[in-house]
Amino acid sequence: MSTVYNIKKGLDIKLLGEAEKTIVDLNSSLFAVKPTDFIGCFPKMLVEEGAEVKAGSPLFYDKYRDQIYFTSPVSGKVREIRRGAKRKLLEVVIESDGKNDALDFGTSEISALSREDITASLLKSGVWPVIRQRPYSIIAEPGEKPKSIFIPAFDSAPLAPDYDLAVHGHGKEFQAGIDVLSKLTDGDIFLNIHAEKTLSKVFLNAKNVKINSFRGPHPSGNVSVHISRLDPINKGEVIWYVYPQDVITIGRLFLTGKYDTTQLIALTGSEVKKPKYFKTLKGASVKNMVDGNVSDVKLRTISGNVLTGDKIEKHGYVGYYHQQVTVIPEGNYYEFFGWAKPGFGKWSFSKSFPAFLTPNKKYRLDTNLHGGKRAYVMTGLYEKVFPFDIYPMQLIKAVLVKDIDLMENLGIYEIDEEDFALCEVIDTSKTDIQKIIRDGLDMIRKEMS
Amino acid sequence: MKALRDFIDKQKPHFLPGGKFEKLHSTFEAFETFLFVPNTVTKRGAHIRDAVDMKRTMIIVVLALVPALLFGMWNVGYQHFLSLGQHHDLLTNFMYGFWKVLPLIIVSYAVGLGIEFLFAQIRNEEVNEGFLVSGILIPLIVPPELPLWQLAIAVAFAVIFGKEVFGGTGMNVFNPALTARAFLFFAYPGNMSGEKVWIADKLDSFSGATPLGKALVGNFNSFPSVHDMFFGFIPGSVGETSTFLILIGALILLITGIGSWRVMLSVFAGGYVMGLLFNLWGANAYMNIPAWQHLIMGGFAFGAVFMATDPVTAAQTNRGKYYYGFLIGVMAILIRVFNPAYPEGMMLAILLLNVFAPLIDHYVVESNIKRRLKRVRLTVTNQ
Repeated sequence: MSTVYNIKKGLDIKLLGEAEKTIVDLNSSLFAVKPTDFIGCFPKMLVEEGAEVKAGSPLFYDKYRDQIYFTSPVSGKVREIRRGAKRKLLEVVIESDGKNDALDFGTSEISALSREDITASLLKSGVWPVIRQRPYSIIAEPGEKPKSIFIPAFDSAPLAPDYDLAVHGHGKEFQAGIDVLSKLTDGDIFLNIHAEKTLSKVFLNAKNVKINSFRGPHPSGNVSVHISRLDPINKGEVIWYVYPQDVITIGRLFLTGKYDTTQLIALTGSEVKKPKYFKTLKGASVKNMVDGNVSDVKLRTISGNVLTGDKIEKHGYVGYYHQQVTVIPEGNYYEFFGWAKPGFGKWSFSKSFPAFLTPNKKYRLDTNLHGGKRAYVMTGLYEKVFPFDIYPMQLIKAVLVKDIDLMENLGIYEIDEEDFALCEVIDTSKTDIQKIIRDGLDMIRKEMS
Repeated sequence: MKALRDFIDKQKPHFLPGGKFEKLHSTFEAFETFLFVPNTVTKRGAHIRDAVDMKRTMIIVVLALVPALLFGMWNVGYQHFLSLGQHHDLLTNFMYGFWKVLPLIIVSYAVGLGIEFLFAQIRNEEVNEGFLVSGILIPLIVPPELPLWQLAIAVAFAVIFGKEVFGGTGMNVFNPALTARAFLFFAYPGNMSGEKVWIADKLDSFSGATPLGKALVGNFNSFPSVHDMFFGFIPGSVGETSTFLILIGALILLITGIGSWRVMLSVFAGGYVMGLLFNLWGANAYMNIPAWQHLIMGGFAFGAVFMATDPVTAAQTNRGKYYYGFLIGVMAILIRVFNPAYPEGMMLAILLLNVFAPLIDHYVVESNIKRRLKRVRLTVTNQ
């Protein structure tokens, strides 16, 4: 085992509702692919409502990168193509026929395949979008060679799913996935495990990878943190990253010839009566997870975790890159003199509340903003939860004034909006920092193309 | 509380765009959010948020000022009766000072908040809470008998030209409270310095000079004891005299993490080091007073704890804060000892470093940028 990287800055927000390690088959009949999950994707539909599809049948492609296809995770019928304002494509909903028919993309010995063969198979089957790149967190560019590929083998976010459990029994597919990925780069594949918590042999015995371990509070599991310590991104460089369950999907494609996204989704959050893991495919409806299994108050259902996830409808669909659903209470209430009372029982990173006296307490947090938007006043605060050699406040301000050179100089290529999630949570000024950073990244990407 | 909430909800439409009082929208909102933390929920980004907000942050600072404020009120009375050769009980002293200081606080808040509300409405923004702190700081750094109209003008000047013209809270270059004091100092020097102003209604024959005033003229014979200077039984601005109670305020700021320990520590370090250097030089009696005594004289401690730490006008990078604080300490003592026109150097030292804070940050950030560029060059040469 090589070096252990100790991440010191950061924050673990302790919430109620961690998933028990029991796995249940979800049996969802509805699935959806959401173009909004893919940053910068302009979808062009290939099917109409009512069309019959199989697992792996193309549903739409990206107008500006037309070799990237998005395919159905399941066999059945296209039930609805939902559009929003300005006809923006929101969801392609597929009703499963329960047969699990899949297109056959053929199997072959991975070692015998060329880079081109592999890229072609991944693109055609719709597996390709699981590979994303930094900077920008967009789907990887098929023609490009990344300087290295990162696989984060643990998630440090609040109530995060246990990747050990998710890959359990899938060692062969995981290894096959790594072998496939190793054909796509001349550099290294970094598999980054937690120094103590990662125990699965699937990770520990993986070949063809460089294993490094990390420990410390969130965001120690974020891919940017791993990249910053192992292979920092300079301007013009590209790194790819894939999550472990998606590595298995890649492996399966080459072992079975099928687009099979079978994976575990953790249902978590204080409002879930029995938080646990569900076995299903990408894009499953959360209906059968939450019906009868959540409390009666006004709820927010989140695909993903509370820091970076997307708000979805009560019976919405799990996002393409998410392995977790979190249900927390909405916070639309007024609180009389909430800022002036001592505030026992409230969660705060700031020591102006007594929360710091009980560091191990687990909280039931709601979505209240706890204040109004203000100018940036406090300084030195974001730095406490931001483990990068980057000045967060200065970078945020560079984005706000749209100074592209300054953004580059301050290191915008090395981070992603998710790395600012904790800054946003503890922000006294209640600004939408993740949105600001995303705008900055979009601005740069536009400028570069 | 339900009744109050219902009442507010009923009045609210009048203040929304199109309502009778839409011009008072910001004011209404300020009072509403003062009473109730709003019911806003997160729309994008992180779904959960910290319970802390700007009001909480500011109220902690006000809380940290309360010990110095209460003592200041008592001391105003104590010094007054002392100058008359009388001794009274704690309550009499306090009540005398209370009625002297309260008008200062009321005028400061009324003028300052009035202008803040007006600008918030013009900008169509929510009212920022910054003045909650500035409004109490200003009465604490002026002499107890300052004419109220002068205070009003100074506050108006500080808020408008020290803050709002730069874009409001968070954008100002100078500490608003010190801007007000500097304005008074240069516009009405007769009421801001000398021997006469520091004790309310004092007997003319009684010397009312502060330790700094005495030190400046080399009058070390009637110098107050260290005990009196540390605990604050000396004439001076309302809140600045008791180093002990200021340190209790500092403790509150440090425990809650709202005041920067980097700034506080380095201001005291800078002052101490400069004092030591003067000790070594020792050209006159003033240079020879022990370095640590500088730290409990005049407004040094108050400035270090409550003024230099203002996050908006201080250096914003953690490394920059050390330089910023240290230089304030150095400059304050330098001005004190060398410049006969300004017995207290703290105010000018902080305002000076306010100007230089962005420059300090610039160089700190620049070194980070250079490090990044160096990494690129290394990668290129390795290939």
